[in-house]
Order: sequence, then C-alpha cells, then structure tokens
Amino acid sequence: MTKKVDFNSIKPEEVKEELLSKYPVKVARKRAKQIVINKVDNGDVVPEVLANTRTVPGILTMRGCAYAGCKGVVLGPTRDILQITHGPIGCAFYSWLTRRNQTRPKTDDAPNFMPYTMSTDLQEDEVIFGGEKKLKKAIEEAVGLFHPKAIGIFSTCPVGLIGDDVHAVAREMEEKFPDVNIFGFSCEGYKGVSQSAGHHIANNKVFTDVVGLSDKPKEGKFRFNILGEYNIGGDAFEIERVAEKCGLTIHSTFSGNSEYDEFISAHTADLNVVMCHRSINYLAEMMEKKFGIPWFKVNFIGAESSAKSLRKIAEYFGDKELMANVEKVIAEEMIEVEKVRLDVKSRCEGKTAMLFVGGSRAHHYQDLFREIGMQTLSAGYEFAHRDDYEGRKVIPEIVIDADTRNIEELTVEKDDNRFSPRKSESEIEAYSKKGFKWSDYDGMMPEMQNNTLVIDDLNHYETEVLIEKYRPDIFCAGIKEKYVVQKQGIPLKQLHSYDYSGPYAGFKGAINFYKEIDRILNTNVFKLVKAPWQETPELSGSYAWTK
Amino acid sequence: MKAQEKVIEKIADPARNTCRLCAPLGASTVFRGIENCIPLLHGSQGCSTYIRRYMISHFREPVDIASSNFSESAAVFGGRENLHTALDNVIGKYQPSLVGIATTCLSETIGDDVSLYIKEYNEKSKSDVPVVNVPTPSYKGIHTDGYRDAVISCIKTVSKENESGDFINIIPAFVSPEDLRHLKEIASDFKTDAVLFPDYSETLDGESWESYKKISPGGTLLSDIARIKSAKASIVIGSSLSRSGLSGSLSDHLPNSHFMNLPIGIDLCDEFFGAFEKATGKQLPEKYSSERNRLVDSYMDAHKYFFEKRAIIAGDEDLVVSLASFMSEIGIVPVICATGSDNPAAAEIIKKYAPDAEVMSDSDYATVLDKAKGMNCDLVIGSSKGFYLSKNLSIPLVRVGFPVHDRFGSQRIKHLGYRGTQSILDNIANAIIEHKQNSSNIGYSYL
Ligand code: SF4
Ligand code: SF4
Repeated sequence: MTKKVDFNSIKPEEVKEELLSKYPVKVARKRAKQIVINKVDNGDVVPEVLANTRTVPGILTMRGCAYAGCKGVVLGPTRDILQITHGPIGCAFYSWLTRRNQTRPKTDDAPNFMPYTMSTDLQEDEVIFGGEKKLKKAIEEAVGLFHPKAIGIFSTCPVGLIGDDVHAVAREMEEKFPDVNIFGFSCEGYKGVSQSAGHHIANNKVFTDVVGLSDKPKEGKFRFNILGEYNIGGDAFEIERVAEKCGLTIHSTFSGNSEYDEFISAHTADLNVVMCHRSINYLAEMMEKKFGIPWFKVNFIGAESSAKSLRKIAEYFGDKELMANVEKVIAEEMIEVEKVRLDVKSRCEGKTAMLFVGGSRAHHYQDLFREIGMQTLSAGYEFAHRDDYEGRKVIPEIVIDADTRNIEELTVEKDDNRFSPRKSESEIEAYSKKGFKWSDYDGMMPEMQNNTLVIDDLNHYETEVLIEKYRPDIFCAGIKEKYVVQKQGIPLKQLHSYDYSGPYAGFKGAINFYKEIDRILNTNVFKLVKAPWQETPELSGSYAWTK
Repeated sequence: MKAQEKVIEKIADPARNTCRLCAPLGASTVFRGIENCIPLLHGSQGCSTYIRRYMISHFREPVDIASSNFSESAAVFGGRENLHTALDNVIGKYQPSLVGIATTCLSETIGDDVSLYIKEYNEKSKSDVPVVNVPTPSYKGIHTDGYRDAVISCIKTVSKENESGDFINIIPAFVSPEDLRHLKEIASDFKTDAVLFPDYSETLDGESWESYKKISPGGTLLSDIARIKSAKASIVIGSSLSRSGLSGSLSDHLPNSHFMNLPIGIDLCDEFFGAFEKATGKQLPEKYSSERNRLVDSYMDAHKYFFEKRAIIAGDEDLVVSLASFMSEIGIVPVICATGSDNPAAAEIIKKYAPDAEVMSDSDYATVLDKAKGMNCDLVIGSSKGFYLSKNLSIPLVRVGFPVHDRFGSQRIKHLGYRGTQSILDNIANAIIEHKQNSSNIGYSYL
C-alpha cells in the first residue's frame, strides 16, 4: 500500500502555498480566500471562506448547473410529478435517472415517472422562432398519456435566451387542464454559479405552487417533514424504518421517496427537520414564516448523529412515552452497530480521509469516519455557501454578488388563516435554554480540527496536489473524480451515488458504511497498484505541475 | 431574436426516453482521441459536467473536459472574455498539443463567433498551441453529428496537402476502444502503415499509471493528423460519417476514400477486408480467413437458436444499419430498427437489409415501446437505455454501443470485424438460451 506520510508533520501553510503557486496572480488571489486553514476559537468562531463564487473559466470544476440542481437534485426524486425538460435533447438525457434516487410507489399501479424522461427536444426552428408551441404540445401529450397530478417544466440554457415564457405556458395549460397542477422553473443552467442556484429556484416554486394546496393532514402522531433527504441508495427508507419504529410519523420527505400529495399538505405537519441545509433551507425558512412551523438541523449520517437527531425530535414533541421509546430503539439498534463498529475500528483506526462533495455530505460523513477512528485531513463543498462552512451566524455578513442577485428571493408573509405557531414563545425560550438551536446550522468547520484544510470548489489540479502531499487512505468525491484519483493508487468512494450501494443513513446505514470502508481500505487490490512515490520518492520533484 | 409572426406549421413530437445524446459529447470523444488534446466546451459549465460524468460512467476513466463557464451576463453579452480566460488557463495548466473547442446550444443560440475569438486570442497571447473549433448546436445535430463534424474540423485545421505517401487512413465512427485496438491490429497484420483517427483506445481505456499524468496518454499524434490528406487511400466506416454536416463533408478532405458501414456480419466484413486488400494491395492475412471460417461455422451451429426470432435494434444509426444486416444473415428477423438520428439514407439501407422491419428514424424508446407491444419480440439489441424496453417487454437485452453503464467492461465490448461479430453472436445466442432456461420450470441444463 501507499507509503504513509505523517500528516502531523505537514504544514498546511506550505501546502496552501503550493496549491496557489501555479496560478496566475488573479486566480491565486481568489483561490487564496477559498483555501483556508481551519482554526476554531471559542467553540464556533472560524476563519472566513470565500464560497459560492464563479469558477474560473478553463479550470476543471466538480460543479454542475442550475438545471441540475433544480431538476436533478430537488425535484428529481419525486415520483409522481411528471417532469418535462424544455430545451435541446442533451440536458434531459444526462439528467435521466443519473442520480440513483430510489422510490417505492405505494401500490403497483401508482404512477412512477422517475425512469421516464421527457424533453421538448428543441430544434433549430424553435430556437429561432420560439419553443412555446412545442412545449404546449409536450404538455398535452403528457396529460393525454398519463394524466398526472402535476407537471413541472424545467428550462435549460437556450430557453431563457429565445424568450420563451414557461410560466405563461404553464398558466395557459393549467386553464386547459384544471385538474393538473402545472408549474415552470426558470432554472437555466447559466444562472448562479452552480447547482445551488437551482436549489433555490426549486424551493421557491415548490413553496409558491405546491406546498399548502391541501389542508388535509396525514394520519399519525408526531408528524414532521424531513427536508433535504433525497433517498440516494435507500437512505430515506432506513430513516423511515427507524422513525416508524420510534412511533414518529414522517409526513413528507423533500424529496426522497416522496409523492405530490404529501408535498401539498406538508404545511400541516408540526415540525421541519433539515438534513441537507444547503439545498433546502429556503423552504424551511419560508414555511416557518408563512405557517409557523419551526425547523432545526438534524443529521442521520452516522449512528451517533442519528441517535442524537432522534432524541432531539422526540424532545421537541415532548412526549414522555415517545422519548422512552426512542431510547429503547436506539439501545436496540446500537447493539449491532457497536459490534461492527468496534471490529472495523480495530482495522481503520488512525487512517485518514478527504471529503469533497456536495453541500452537506462533506460535513455529515466526517461523523461516520470519526466513529471508526478515522481522521478527516481536508474537506470542502462543491456548491455550498459560507453558512454551510462557518454557520448561519455569518449570513448577515455574506456579500451578495451579481450571480446570486439574479436568483429571486421571495418575500414571505404570514398566512392569515393558517399560520399557527407550533410552540409558544415561552416554550421556545425554555427549549433554547436547554440548548436547543432553532433555525440554525453550525456549519462544518467548527467540528473540524485545527490545521485541517478547508477548500471550496476544489478542482482537478488541486486534487492532485492534495493527494501527492497528504496521501490520504481514502478520498471521497463523485464519479468525475473517481478514476483520476484511483489512477494514483488512492481509493475513491463516491458520496453522490454511493457507488451504487447503500443505504448509509441511520443505524443499518452506518453498519453498511463501516463495512464498506473496511472493504476498501483493507482490500488487496490497491496494494497491487504502485503509487509513484512508493518506489522512486524523488519522482515527486518531476511532477508536471512543478515544471 | 424571436420572430413571433412566423407560424411553424409542423410541430415535431417531444422526445420521451430519448435515443440520442448531444453533439458536444461526440466532439469531445474525438478530441479525447488525439494525443495530448484537451476538449473545451464553450458555454455554461453544466454541459461539460454532464458530458464528463456521462462518458466516465461508460468508460470508467478520467475524462477532462474544460468549460468556458458562462455567467448570466456572458449569456446575454457574449462569451469572448470567458473563452479567452478559459484558453489561458487550459493552455497554462495542461500545456496541450491541441485545444479542441466545441460549442454548446447556449453559445450557438446567442451566435458567438468562436473563430473570431480564437483569432483574437492567438494574436493577443502569441500562443502557438493550435486550436480547433467545431460548431455543435444540439438543436441541429446529435452526438454522431458532433463526432463527425469534429473529425472533419480537425482534419481541416491540422492536415496539410502533401505528396501522396505510402500509408492509409482509417476513420471509424463512434466505436469502442476495443474496436479501435482491433482496427490497429488489422492494419499491423496487413503490414501497412495506417493513421487511425480518432484513437481513444488508450485514453478512454487506459492502464494503471506509474506516475501521474495530466492528460491520459495515447491518441492519434498531431503529426499523423497532419499527414491524413496525403494518404494513398482512406477507409471510412460508419454510415453517419458519410453525411455532410455543419463542418462540410468528410469526402472533401480525404484522398481516395471508401465509405462503408461498420463491418459487422459476414457481408459487411467481407466488404471491409476487401477494401483493405484493395487499399493496401496486400492479401488478407490468414488469421482473418480463419476468424471468418469460425464465424461461418458458428452461424450454422447457432442457427437453431436464432431462426425466426424477432428482434428490436435500437441506438446509433451506425450500429443499427450494420446489426440489421448481420441479424438478417443469421436468421433473426429485425422487426423494429430505431435510430435517434434522422437520416433517410440510413433508413433506406436498413430497409434493404431488413425489409420486414419497421424502420423508425428520429425516434425514442417510449415510441419504440408503444410500437413493440403486441409484436411478439424476443430480444432487444442496444445500449443500456434499451433496458427500458427489455424490462417492459420481459425480453433479454444484448448490450452494445454507447452508453453501457449497467454492465462492466463497456470499453471492451467487441463489435467490429469477424471477431467482433463472433462476440456479438455468442452474446445473442447466450441471451436467448439464458432467457429460455430461466423461464422454464423444467430446469434444463443442456440447451
Ligand atoms: S445545452 Fe445543448 S450542449 Fe448543453 S447539454 Fe444541453 S443539449 Fe447538450
Ligand atoms: S445547457 Fe444549460 S441547463 Fe443544459 S446542461 Fe448545459 S448548463 Fe445545464
């Protein structure tokens, strides 16, 4: 296996310098603010990270586009909203089932449009003369074929420029088909700087056009919504299993394993818990303002974190029996978890990881690694904002640039009839005294060790430098990075698609993850790969980037 | 930009479960088949990210494709600055031998003049790295068009007319890295000097690396592309390459060219090897006549499994044309032949090979499924996307072409030559046998 480096002897300042040394001055200046050496003061004060800014053209980024964030991430996992991509063919093809969200329709004949992709497949004529007619035709065809409850229209780059008004088309077609809820998203790929813009656009539309359409609550006690859980690899199934065992009722999940009917009545639930803060905090905020539903952050990645999250939810509902039940479930589940954890830990303790992914996973998965004694040397997000790094306390200081200004920020008011605070002010106060953090997220950095490197929007070149310097035992990112990292003899675990395994959430998920990491780190395969520095250490001096 | 007055009489159908990908993907594949070349897409970053992740899921190799990363203002005012910055960074970081620029729907829609931007860049930067530009609006063409147009643009830009040399060109359509290796092997067995372009056999199916490489090794040498115009003959395989597109026509840039369909099945392979004999003036090496004879032998052995079986062939036109010919040879009846492209000439040829088939151009999987219901089909031959048909019709899928992301070893699928045909034949026979075995209660172990 790769010769280990003593990472304690590595000076992060030097690595940072090396990372910056090959850039033109302007780029280096910008990247210097995005590459930060962590230092936690007073428990939660951390250095500032420049995040959510445009990637420099020509630099190979991990990021995707607003359309990907809107259609792919937020709406993609919903099975019964028929999705039409308005644009040329490629965008629809590439977002067709690529995210491996799972879903389980409640009955055999219930609609599931996820394996299905529909595109207006714009041709030259439409690009010149407008594509609205074709869009209308697509909607008619969709209604004729499936008569879905709802249809979402997703705009790709050319749509904004040819002047098509997808919202007007949606309204017109809704008049024609009054029992189908039709709504459009202006999620052209050039908006914002990454998928993140698309999340926001999706949140806005789901809030204005979907949530709140039906006041009929779901049956069951202790009803809450999970926001920002997309059921990759079956994560939501595991969370559902545990919640049910505890006696909790998940009203709706945005949007893993979800249905339209659950969305429209989501405002009748009594609590929102947020998993992926980046992609869905907008919806949590807006639902709180309009309907009075409080929210807090949870994390079901990691056994300890899952237990903590369950306790918090039970405490919120304040029911003795529920709380006792939750404790019982945790105790039961932890027996198997501990058995596997300790066994795996005996082989993985002291090993190192790097995580560069998403807008929450790079944080959440550190918990799982910690549980088996592994240390995170460096981490960063692909499309997060400063609050995901430093905590929501910095939101008022965030400078809004031109790219962000283009994304609509909705003004939300109380719903006169339906606003009902779930807890009184004094109750909220009492909870806060007990250490409850409402509408808050502390961010990733306060939980990371000092001197670790935090890097936003890591690119190809920097990945290479990091690997050469630190030689981590495992690197976590996505499929675009997988083979380039593995060519260097370091295993890569995909945290977008989970390499088509999972679930990793909850207790069973933690067990799966421990075993998976054990398999990866202790396989013989990577021992066959000679790392370049292994036999000829002087080679590192002749690496291309030092030329 | 929009003339509302004009009424479009015929509105085409929307695509449901499409059969095709977009043009810059094809162009990027060609660029990855040139040594030390880096593809750069001019438009928003999403296209290059999607295309990279898509190609990587098939090839399981690093695929670097840069982007000029449009912002909203670039989308409105043009991407000159973005392209210049991107070129600066790509050339600085990779020191490539060539930068291959393909446009996207966005830069095409706003009408960016990429050639002009490149000219300005070269004047400003004094860079001597050659830059190829290929227009790839996906609202005018699909991945096979982007592929062909990139091949033409590269030859146009890089190749010089010279005195005729003693070598041949082999220009294949979008085939697998394994196929490319086979083509090289054939040329070497014919003891002939050949330029294979593009050649992504190593870049997209590479070895484990001893030391870190910025750009995956392998690919057609720039110096080889430069001599393409002076070859004594050119063998061009794949029907999509014979069409002319936005970059013109391949035949205008190749000396003495033989255009033919992908060599799959005895007939088309005979034609291909015949062309090779003619172009090189050499006889078919014995190795290939043996392969041919073995293949003929297996046609007979397997006939009982194939006879009157009804197949759906769906995918890229290059493959569909040749598979239709091959199927008809072995006794399988192609009942639906569907392509994502709209090429009447290809449809004609398919009709000739498979007179009983429903030929569907410009089609998609959902339409094919609607058609196929009640047609008693026995199997599907196509990419992973054909799984939709296979699952809904409960019949086996034999995976060929691109994309194949639900099986291992997609880079190494053999399609071409007697050997490739043999491999497809074995797979089809086994798929039929396995299906029969699994759907019987008897528990056959001899079939
Ligand atoms: S915009 Fe065009 S080039 Fe980009 S992914 Fe979509 S179809 Fe392909
Ligand atoms: S065209 Fe725009 S929306 Fe489509 S993939 Fe490219 S960046 Fe995304």
